[in-house]
Amino acid sequence: MDAKRAEHTVIIGAGQAGIQVADSLRAEGYPGAVTVLNDESADPYQRPPLSKDYLSTAAEGTALPLRGPDFFESKNITLHSGRAVAVDTDARKVSLDGGTVLDYTHLVFATGAANRPLSCPGATLEGVHALRTLRDAQNLQRALATAQRVVVIGAGFIGLEFAAAAHARGLEVTVLEFASRPMGRALSATASQWFAERHRTDGIDLRLNEGVTSIERDEAGLVVISTTGRRYPADLVLYGVGVLPRTEVPQAAGVATDNGVLVDAALRTSVPGVLAVGDCASFPNVHTGTRTRLESVQNATDQGRHAARSIMGENSSYAQLPWFWSTQGALRLQIAGISEPTDEPVILGDPSSGKFSIALLRNGALAAVESVNSPADHIAARKLVGQNISVDPATLTHPSFSLKALAKTLIPVPS
Amino acid sequence: MPTITFAQSSGATTEITVAEGTSLMRAAVTNSVDGIVGECGGQAMCATCHVYVRPEFTDQLLELSDDEDEMLDCTTAERTDSSRLGCQIKMSPALMNIVVDVPADQV
Ligand SMILES: Cc1cc2nc3c(=O)[nH]c(=O)nc-3n(C[C@H](O)[C@H](O)[C@H](O)COP(=O)(O)OP(=O)(O)OC[C@H]3O[C@@H](n4cnc5c(N)ncnc54)[C@H](O)[C@@H]3O)c2cc1C
Ligand code: FES
Repeated sequence: MDAKRAEHTVIIGAGQAGIQVADSLRAEGYPGAVTVLNDESADPYQRPPLSKDYLSTAAEGTALPLRGPDFFESKNITLHSGRAVAVDTDARKVSLDGGTVLDYTHLVFATGAANRPLSCPGATLEGVHALRTLRDAQNLQRALATAQRVVVIGAGFIGLEFAAAAHARGLEVTVLEFASRPMGRALSATASQWFAERHRTDGIDLRLNEGVTSIERDEAGLVVISTTGRRYPADLVLYGVGVLPRTEVPQAAGVATDNGVLVDAALRTSVPGVLAVGDCASFPNVHTGTRTRLESVQNATDQGRHAARSIMGENSSYAQLPWFWSTQGALRLQIAGISEPTDEPVILGDPSSGKFSIALLRNGALAAVESVNSPADHIAARKLVGQNISVDPATLTHPSFSLKALAKTLIPVPS
Repeated sequence: MPTITFAQSSGATTEITVAEGTSLMRAAVTNSVDGIVGECGGQAMCATCHVYVRPEFTDQLLELSDDEDEMLDCTTAERTDSSRLGCQIKMSPALMNIVVDVPADQV
């Protein structure tokens, strides 16, 4: 490597994590050049509203930017249109689809994830949609304007957020889910059953233990055929069956990957000078003791900040508490920590009131908290979870108990 | 059209004219106002759009919802009586020339 090479950090991907790396590098006083590669046609934007406000009738109709247009110039960050197609990690060069080659001293993969494709026959018929990008959301918004019957495949976060938004527009919505409960990968059984009931009460036809075998088109429109042999007519089908990390470029460049780009505690990959952050990164998670890939804004932004400090030469371990939210119509879900199926759930408050939390205990300690329409519990949980606080279920369920009061009694631990 | 003035602790101010119904957070993020992050996209989930509303405008604001109230307990800069979430303030004729102070720290 050329020792005299000018400092230049190239960030592949202008999503939530990539833009945060650039912003934080400047905030930390990084002296070199910073380039962010944007392979989408739109300026960098926030994804969460795309399955919520953007699709409801009250939508402001335009994407919410991640940063304003002046941001890049004022911080001396180059936002470069183009897709990285190859990286030479020995020569420290990135090749773009247009033929441009950039030299780098540090490279950050912030390539995010792509929707897992639907594999059944008919998956690519017109009228069958996925939702990841602004363009997807624009297509959906147009399709929603004329649709009456909507079938959603997959009762994960995106599927249910979309279902709630479509239902709020007065459309008939059926959700088909192969598993026995919605949001099963991320949520405790107690919470996911509560959500299933609420969505049904609100008028969404949520069908569990029912997958999709094929999609057909007849004169009247689309027909979704399920594993029980039922046929569901639809004008619009949305599938949300998970995502896959985008690792094609790092993998081809010889960077170690395994369901994500493998990084160490400082978010560095197996190759010197190369880091990875956000949805595409598989990192050692101190809260679970395992390797994890997290798909959330919190993870993308906190890792973005951490990677910037690693580039500045700091050698600290990423240890931020994971937290996540989802809004499904009027239902607001906030999660602090990561639960495991074997955790003991303890209900705080009264689920029938629509405002409650579920504390998840692991070996008697608070491992995660799921809050429904209870931001105060969530905020308190963000302070409490991860501190290995032992709690007795009887104390938690006592009518006078509050997480907020418990958080206040704790003396803040200096970090 | 309504105008929002964002005042930084450094003394610098930014004046932005927006359409009615636009939130203070959206106006700030779209125009690169320093110190307003809006990490959750306006869902009252992150508290990174915290602002201090100047006293002469507080009466014109819609009442604090329980959710906003609870989220304001987690702002990075100190919460005061004039603290609000920028994403929950939608511009209306009553707020024609609102002035807000941007906290020194947001995350
Ligand atoms: C509809 C939707 C709703 C969501 N709602 C929530 C929510 O409510 N709460 C929450 O916490 N999270 C939510 N998320 C998840 C959250 O948006 C993601 O976790 C976050 O965006 C991840 O950031 P990222 O930068 O890692 O990836 P992304 O934001 O996906 O950005 C990656 C970017 O890299 C680009 N890219 C990929 N490969 C290349 C290449 N070779 N060259 C150049 N560019 C490339 C991609 O095109 C993309 O623009 C939602 C996601 C979606 C899609
Ligand atoms: S933008 Fe997140 S609380 Fe306002």
